[in-house]
Amino acid sequence: MRRIIIGNMKKRNFIYEVSGHGILLLFSLLFFVPFYWMVMTSLKSDNEIFTLKVKWLPAVFRWNNYKEAILFIPFLRYLVNTLIICFFNVAGAVLSCSLAAYGFSRIRWFGRDILFIVLLSTMMLSGQVTMLPVFRIFRALGWIGTFLPLIVPSFLGSAFFIFLLRQFFMGIPHELSEAAVLDGCTELGIYARVILPLARPALLTVALFTFLWNWNDFMGPLIYLTDNSKYTLAVGLQQFLGQHDTEWSMLMALSTLMTLPVIVLFFLTQKTFVKGIALSGIKG
Amino acid sequence: MECYEGRMRQSCISPIERLREVARSPVERRNLRNGLLFISPWLLGLVAFTLYPICASFYWSFCRFDGFSPPVFVGLDNYKIMLFEDPLFWRALFNTFYMVIFALPITLVFSLLLSILLNMKVRGQPIYRTILYLPSIAPVIAVSVLWLWLLNPEYGLINRLFHFVGINMVGWLIDPKLAKPALIIMGLWQVGGSVLIFLAGLQEVPTHLYEAADVDGAGILTKFWHVTLPMLSPIILFNLIMGIIGYFQYFTQAFVMTQGGPQDATLFYALQLFNRAFLDFELGYASAMAWLLFILILAATIIVLRTSRRWVYYEGETRG
Repeated sequence: MRRIIIGNMKKRNFIYEVSGHGILLLFSLLFFVPFYWMVMTSLKSDNEIFTLKVKWLPAVFRWNNYKEAILFIPFLRYLVNTLIICFFNVAGAVLSCSLAAYGFSRIRWFGRDILFIVLLSTMMLSGQVTMLPVFRIFRALGWIGTFLPLIVPSFLGSAFFIFLLRQFFMGIPHELSEAAVLDGCTELGIYARVILPLARPALLTVALFTFLWNWNDFMGPLIYLTDNSKYTLAVGLQQFLGQHDTEWSMLMALSTLMTLPVIVLFFLTQKTFVKGIALSGIKG
Repeated sequence: MECYEGRMRQSCISPIERLREVARSPVERRNLRNGLLFISPWLLGLVAFTLYPICASFYWSFCRFDGFSPPVFVGLDNYKIMLFEDPLFWRALFNTFYMVIFALPITLVFSLLLSILLNMKVRGQPIYRTILYLPSIAPVIAVSVLWLWLLNPEYGLINRLFHFVGINMVGWLIDPKLAKPALIIMGLWQVGGSVLIFLAGLQEVPTHLYEAADVDGAGILTKFWHVTLPMLSPIILFNLIMGIIGYFQYFTQAFVMTQGGPQDATLFYALQLFNRAFLDFELGYASAMAWLLFILILAATIIVLRTSRRWVYYEGETRG
């Protein structure tokens, strides 16, 4: 009797494994094919692109397409611009959000909880409401066409990251701060020497998502950057699409080049990444 | 939100008395100063990039304003034009509701199913998870360009494959009837984020609930309906609200891939707002649109939250 049950379970497990792999493989294939097609198109000649046959592999891998694409648009310029914007945003976000989070979690002061509720409610506001006046502010400052509108706001905190860091800071035992006070630390000293080192995983999450967000951001650079030499990769790629919408090998090469760093970053920081997404539900 | 240690202590005295207390005590004064100093960057941002813009755009929504000459107060004109005279506004609203009503549920069900698949105990699961997740982190601009190519009516891979089964020349992004479905299909490729959130939720469901259901002789579907879904309902609610916010503001894909066409089939609310502001320089009208959008998102969120009491199950809460 017992043997039959175990036999049945084994059989059921086997069916479970096989059908599971079957469905998962199917979906994986479906999800993988667009990426595959992107890379393969980027390596094809125009003859192979504009054909009615499905060519899964190019006859010759034309790596030259990448060289052409990079030289056709000021790719390096765009890349440097994007990295400059990303770098300052990461620095700004980590600094300003951790400072504010410290103020909201490690010091008890009159009015703190009310301001914290204000912070939370700003997260509900949709970006369209503030977009136009903010644009006007930057125009009045004469910053249109520069990186400043894309950089400066990050130094003034972002509600979501402040919230995220605050939750993390709350979990750090208060005894550590008290010990530091006894050693003669000021609040700034506690922040810099006690809290920041302990909060590294959370700060890393903020840095990672700020980088990604700015790497992918399209609307901001589209509105504020007017000069071709200031474009980011995202806007550069869109402009290229607008002018040469049949240059598919180059378009795919550029898309690949823009996607690759994100995927590499994902594999390097998988744990932080997955935890951050699960925490936030940030998409794209 | 669980930790308001200050509240209990403060609730027994009035704010004014409390303020006096703060002013008297040097420690409290120092804490207040330090607290404000630490949050001062955010406070500055709050005033410059949130409070002032809210007031300004609210005022502009009642003005005729091109961004150059000073705004002229015109009362409710913008709202009247929007609601009664602008067919493009209704077109954009319809398209956006289409996405919220069709794309959102389809995407949610799809990502829930994927997360259940990715929660199966099979070997190599981390590899499957990675493959299904990666599309969602690709830059939206690169994804848009890629799908423009995949959906190309003549040479695109999708139509080439359809050709094998005898379906010819589907005009994905050039047929007004198919443009939105095409965008929905593209969105399904990028559900990784919500899949991951569902997956985290699935892993939290206590196994003893399934064991108890097994003892009662429940089948797979019964277990899914009576254990998995209720336990996952708070996360469904979260993804639903995130989806509402996202789809109401749907912009980049349409801007890059179709510019609102064909025949305004993908002219979404946020795109129309952008056009009004940055192409037509009608900042007053665009501000009115922005406020209505905000109200729509808020209303939809509140409706969902209200109804959620009926279908969301929170552990440790007895239901009346």
